[in-house]
Amino acid sequence: MLRHAPRLTAFLLVGPVLFGMAATLAPAFDFFPALGSHRLSLDPWRELFAQPALLRSALLSFASGILTALFSLAIVAIFVAGWSHTRAFRLLQHLVSPLLSVPHAAAAFGLAFLFAPAGWLMRLFSPWLTGFGQPPDWLIIHDTLGIAMMAGLVIKEIPFLFLVTLAALPQAKAGEHARIANSLGYGRIAGFVHGVWPLVYRQIRLAVFAVIAYASSVVDVAVILGPTTPAPLAVRLVGWMNDPDLSMRFMASAGAVLQFGVTVAALWLWIIGEKVLALYARTLRHGGHRFANDSLARSISAASVLAMVAIVFTGLFLLAVWSVAGYWSFPDALPRSFTLRVWERQAGSLARPLLITVTTALVSTIAALALTLACLERETRSGKSGGSRALFLIYLPLIVPQASFVFGLQLFFLSLGIDGSFPALVLVHFIFVLPYVFLSLSDPWRAFDTRYLWIASTLGASRSRAFWKIRLPMLLRPVLIAFAVGFAVSIGQYLPTVLIGAGRWPTITTEAVALASGGDRRVIGIYALIQMLLPLAGFALATIVPASIFLRRRDMRAGT
Amino acid sequence: MTNPGNLALENVVVRLGNRVLVSIDTRIAPGEVFTVMGPSGSGKSTLLAYIAGFLDPAFTGSGRVVYAGRDLTLLPPERRKAGLLFQDALLFPHMSVGQNLMFAIPAGGNAKARREVCEAALQEAGLGGFFDRDPATLSGGQKARAALMRILLSEPGILLLDEPFSRLDADLRTHVRSFVFAEARSRQLPVLLVTHDIEDARDANGPVLELG
Repeated sequence: MLRHAPRLTAFLLVGPVLFGMAATLAPAFDFFPALGSHRLSLDPWRELFAQPALLRSALLSFASGILTALFSLAIVAIFVAGWSHTRAFRLLQHLVSPLLSVPHAAAAFGLAFLFAPAGWLMRLFSPWLTGFGQPPDWLIIHDTLGIAMMAGLVIKEIPFLFLVTLAALPQAKAGEHARIANSLGYGRIAGFVHGVWPLVYRQIRLAVFAVIAYASSVVDVAVILGPTTPAPLAVRLVGWMNDPDLSMRFMASAGAVLQFGVTVAALWLWIIGEKVLALYARTLRHGGHRFANDSLARSISAASVLAMVAIVFTGLFLLAVWSVAGYWSFPDALPRSFTLRVWERQAGSLARPLLITVTTALVSTIAALALTLACLERETRSGKSGGSRALFLIYLPLIVPQASFVFGLQLFFLSLGIDGSFPALVLVHFIFVLPYVFLSLSDPWRAFDTRYLWIASTLGASRSRAFWKIRLPMLLRPVLIAFAVGFAVSIGQYLPTVLIGAGRWPTITTEAVALASGGDRRVIGIYALIQMLLPLAGFALATIVPASIFLRRRDMRAGT
Repeated sequence: MTNPGNLALENVVVRLGNRVLVSIDTRIAPGEVFTVMGPSGSGKSTLLAYIAGFLDPAFTGSGRVVYAGRDLTLLPPERRKAGLLFQDALLFPHMSVGQNLMFAIPAGGNAKARREVCEAALQEAGLGGFFDRDPATLSGGQKARAALMRILLSEPGILLLDEPFSRLDADLRTHVRSFVFAEARSRQLPVLLVTHDIEDARDANGPVLELG
């Protein structure tokens, strides 16, 4: 079993992507036996291109992919360059890390509650500064250029890229290289960009690609914050895919292929940009400019990160306030009264989605963790890691846009007759949970001092005894953290749940996003708050459980 | 305890690529300490790794390692009965001192008897009453003695020492060293010691092979 773990994992990651893409491609050319079509034609494409404002939708998705990645990466890179190894950095690091667990939808709702015309910011400054007695008729959220949507994506991608970058720093010997450049007279940022960044970027490149793919095909954040006339491509796709008229599926397939093309184009433009920037950096390096005075850039980057943290935390706070708000009219900064009435009223309808959410997350994460552990243990025993090819396979489901292959997967499951079943739902969650669990656990797992295992062996312990009694308990904390990461990823899944669940498996996330158009802030507050609290509970347990088990073991404490 | 036997290293060679790091052909009697001296990077630790069964794939080893009539290189590490002591005590940090020792006692016997064996071993190492202690709270010398008792409880046939005294203070080093050698002698274990410290070799009072 252990011997086959890597192959099984590769199959479970790559199989659905390939089957999904194939099952998307065929109906796009009118071929889909399960729906009674055996011919090949370009009709789906003609229908697709006859849709109004299709080009604009595609361009929105394309721009969202590029700009989200550009802004979040630039902020992270300049911040890390300008501030690493400072006290301010360590402080912000503790503030940014927990934000990774906040689901995209909850963060997006928080942003909306803060910045909408009737949002909290406007209330704070009205009417004394703005003169508004009524919320202004401005299109801040759902703006036609998608700025709110991209802002919502950026605040969620910054924590992700930040943590990935942090993990890459030690291997790039960031401290030493930056100090050498500094001693040659380069400013902090310039020293980092020339001496460290190329090494770091090489390691985080796939994560950046994942951000581009995600931002160019996102649905939940786009529904909550994005433009509506027209909406970005992926949002419109979901509408067609869920249309009761099954013949729409052919056009939807063509749209899913187009989505794939949009994401590939965005990645392609990004890769060209990488090359151009690398050339430019080389010119700069050869020119010898020191950029010694970089305090303005440093300040801006720190301010951006600080603002991002403040926005997310304030947004989450507003979700909580709205969920218990009584009468709260514009422009009051706080509700007149607080009440649990809405919670009581929602309790009945919350139970089932909550149960489905937690069960799906638990089952898919346990499976992902078990396979990850099996792969890593196999790696130890065989002395071989999969290398960069394995890393690419792990990232594959994150780089191919969800909307493209999950739709095909839905059609594939449909022809197998297992669409809308619980195992199908768990499987599709598993595909997205596994990469994160693996990426989160592999570094601490590989950093384990193998001499402990040698000792165990020389004491007569078999390999499996050494695994269960020594390595697993000693790595309990990172294992549980990886579990919490996987749990959080599953909680946050919107598109796969909607498409594969076929509406039969409502989760907290699908319910919350469905509420977005209705606009009852109190109910949204409840769902988004629960959506945020579930992953948080996972991380809390991952911290508390090892701490209490190893209460009297000093060397097992965090950070040692 | 196990029957004392010779440890025979028959034409044992460890290579890195084409370069020979260690080449040894010798026989170590029960209770004898054989010392391999060499500077760091000379590959002396890889010899122990080869004997214990953990040689990194970057190296290649050849030759037979025979103990009590069996070729150890044909056995998996956990069945070679080769006790290994590093310069770090490497007590398992998630277990108490006593649990560390209990982990080493071969399966079988009732819980009470096992516990008694463990307590006796702690007593012998001057660690009486330390069963429930957190290993992190032990001094360097206490850790080293606990690590040795852990190995001895696993009833090894041979003892492999990888600079086990180099992290200890000078006076503590002498003390721990004579404790280890005395225990090995009283149990009639053949001992292979690798070190860069001439004092270790002198104290071992046995044959010495110099590398590099």
